[in-house]
Amino acid sequence: MSTASSGRPGFTADQLFRLLTAAFATFIAILFIVMLGVLWHESQPAIDKFGFSFLTSSDWNPVSNEYGALIAIIGTLLTTLVAMLVALPVSLGIALFLAEISPYWLRKPVGTAIELLAAIPSIVYGMWGLFVIVPIMADTVQPWLYDHFSFMPLFSTPPIGIGILTAGLVLALMIIPFIASITRDVFLMCPQNLKESAYGLGATNWEVVKDVMIPYGIKGIVGAIFLGLGRALGETMAVTFVIGNAYHLSWSLLAPGNSIASTLANEFTEADGKLYTSALIELGLVLFLITFIVLSIAEFWLHSTNKKRGA
Amino acid sequence: MLNSRTFRRQFINRFVLIISTLAALLGIVMLVWILGDVVLRGFGVINWNFFTELPVPPGEEGGGLANAIIGTLVMTIVAALMAVPVGVMAGTYLSEFGKHNLFGRLVRSLSDILVSAPSIVVGVFVYLIMVKTMGHFSGWAGSVSLAILMLPVVIRTTEEMLRLVPGEMRESALALGAPYWNMMMNIVFRAAKNGMATGIMLAVARVAGETAPLLFTAMNSPYWMQSMNEPMANLTVTLFNYAMSPYNDWQELAWGAAFLITVSVLCVNIITRLILSSGRSKP
Amino acid sequence: MTKTNKPDVKIAVRNLNFFYDNKQALFDNTLDIVANKVTAFIGPSGCGKSTHIRCYNRMFSLYKGHRGEGEILFDGENILDPKVPELQLRHRVGMIFQKPTPFPMTVYDNIAYGLRLHGNYPQSELDDRVEKALRDGALWDEVKDSLRKPGTALSGGQQQRLCIARAIAVQPEVILMDEPCSALDPIATAKIEELIDELKKKFTIVIVTHSMQQAARVSDYTAYFYLGKLIEYDDTQVIFTSPQNQKTEDYITGRFG
Repeated sequence: MSTASSGRPGFTADQLFRLLTAAFATFIAILFIVMLGVLWHESQPAIDKFGFSFLTSSDWNPVSNEYGALIAIIGTLLTTLVAMLVALPVSLGIALFLAEISPYWLRKPVGTAIELLAAIPSIVYGMWGLFVIVPIMADTVQPWLYDHFSFMPLFSTPPIGIGILTAGLVLALMIIPFIASITRDVFLMCPQNLKESAYGLGATNWEVVKDVMIPYGIKGIVGAIFLGLGRALGETMAVTFVIGNAYHLSWSLLAPGNSIASTLANEFTEADGKLYTSALIELGLVLFLITFIVLSIAEFWLHSTNKKRGA
Repeated sequence: MLNSRTFRRQFINRFVLIISTLAALLGIVMLVWILGDVVLRGFGVINWNFFTELPVPPGEEGGGLANAIIGTLVMTIVAALMAVPVGVMAGTYLSEFGKHNLFGRLVRSLSDILVSAPSIVVGVFVYLIMVKTMGHFSGWAGSVSLAILMLPVVIRTTEEMLRLVPGEMRESALALGAPYWNMMMNIVFRAAKNGMATGIMLAVARVAGETAPLLFTAMNSPYWMQSMNEPMANLTVTLFNYAMSPYNDWQELAWGAAFLITVSVLCVNIITRLILSSGRSKP
Repeated sequence: MTKTNKPDVKIAVRNLNFFYDNKQALFDNTLDIVANKVTAFIGPSGCGKSTHIRCYNRMFSLYKGHRGEGEILFDGENILDPKVPELQLRHRVGMIFQKPTPFPMTVYDNIAYGLRLHGNYPQSELDDRVEKALRDGALWDEVKDSLRKPGTALSGGQQQRLCIARAIAVQPEVILMDEPCSALDPIATAKIEELIDELKKKFTIVIVTHSMQQAARVSDYTAYFYLGKLIEYDDTQVIFTSPQNQKTEDYITGRFG
């Protein structure tokens, strides 16, 4: 940098600097608004044609040009539900292990391993799911479920390996390291002297966790869960490989289905016709809005822990 | 009475400890399993041709993914060139001027949300503003979607790294009569540069592994790259297409691509960790 | 209680009130800082002594909601007036902080940074001025062979003297020191105190310290602050031997609180 002249010119240069950075900060807000606006504008044909029934109709048929998002929405929610049911206990367990239970020498390597697992691109999870998990599901897990539980609607269709259940499991694998590492960080925020006071009263590890660490970090834990939820809802590649891409309304987890993201991945480039494309864009808009709400909740909870800590 | 109560508490404690240890074990097993499969099935595919040759139709001998490797590298670098300056400036605003004001909080929350926003929707958005208006898929569009995904991460990383620079450092420079911009350029950025560089590297590595935003922007191409203004080959979409194909030799190439992507991303992660931890141990 | 009509007053503070948003931190501080003397500010933590000296270079203007009212006459000019340009004011008033803050650059560039801000010196003159500043900062002999090493590679005491050299390189008139030794060991502290004694020949020095012994050792005048009020201000000798105010005496003798 050249030498600055002292005095007045410095002030205007400083104002310029501040203005410049503010302009770039504004950019991301504008980007967000433009994104929403463009998606909204481009989904107008579908919104005009189908209105609210877009969300409630299960009819997705490019041949007859009828589009309803229900199957994709249900597929998204079901895969996410399966993923969260599996991922939550496992990731909380991992977080606990890393923050309180594990011997000290193990914390760093295991913690790093979990974080690395979170860094692997989702397409690798998806591909691995297709070639490794799907055969196991098809040959072992699903037949067993079908044989024993086919009286339940959830497991009432013949096993074919791919489907909602498999997609949910792969998704779970992908978000476990993510939720686990954030939750561990939240647990680690708990002040040592608070934990020591509880141990001093003769509490066991679990009692310290249950009565001190979880209450202390509950907001952060809720935030981490919603963050994982947001990720799972919007995930494309881990799901698209194994969900099966079928438009068939079924409550069976063994049946192939579709999520919003996998529908977009599979059909967007092939969509011909204005209405078809517009319906897909509206799907994207729906996904964007759902994840926006979930992630806002996550942000709210995570932010309130930081504030507490900062005070 | 007391003994049975203590016994029960200890039993529950033991039980939870075992469950949680098993969960952690499960995490490690999965990591080893996934990495093991990727290495076992992918490493064998990697050879000289893989890095130097174009893909060949299924059934033919040889062939590689050289064009896709180049395409991914070029698009990622171009995306970083777009996202990093914007992100660093915006992050500077958050750390220096927008710490507590409403606008700063808004931008910070939006960035946090966009970090986890569905990448496929970003792909749709860039398709609409670039591919549709230009009339064709292009490497530029691919880079723009990757840049949009990088941007919020760069913003937050920059902000966090600048915040680590102690306030006394800023005040010392200002107390010498330095203008704010001069202090930022010569002192604060310099002090934060290692952290920022590693954080930005992580953001870039993360985005380099993205597939969904490229599906409708760069799409894919079986040819060498001629310009950024046409559909562009890239590793992740190639991986997707090949893995979903019914051909055995394409599926093998997909494993090779998975191996390459995973190893690269993990290497960047491990290296940046090492740099950060060695930096932290210094006074 | 306060000194007035001193012949060579450098800074005359009149009814200084300071606010963090709506919370008042200083109440009607009035005192004179005498040129080429060392003035020490003492008092318990949170008494406002740091807040007070941070008004002398308007450091508070960095932060939203911080504002000072009253007058601080620097050679007769009220520096609280926003019309007085900040950068020039800070050129005239140097500041040393609690923790040494070497910039992330070489020893040489640490000193040259301030010089380059305020003037366009040819290389040879820059070299001379850097050497002179390091000599005046009692650091030259220790670093003359390692000018190209990073400033952070120095020891804590050396780093603090580097900061002092950096501040005096731009030839300020006043040097503010905000607990400059609190992060240092006794030997490094002794060196800094020696240096302060040397520096007062050229500069007016105001030092905030939590150590009464240090105030007694280095200063000519001492001011005792309590809860944002200036309780007593006099010759250091007087403050430590026969304080007029009961509160000062309690603090000095350790019966405080």
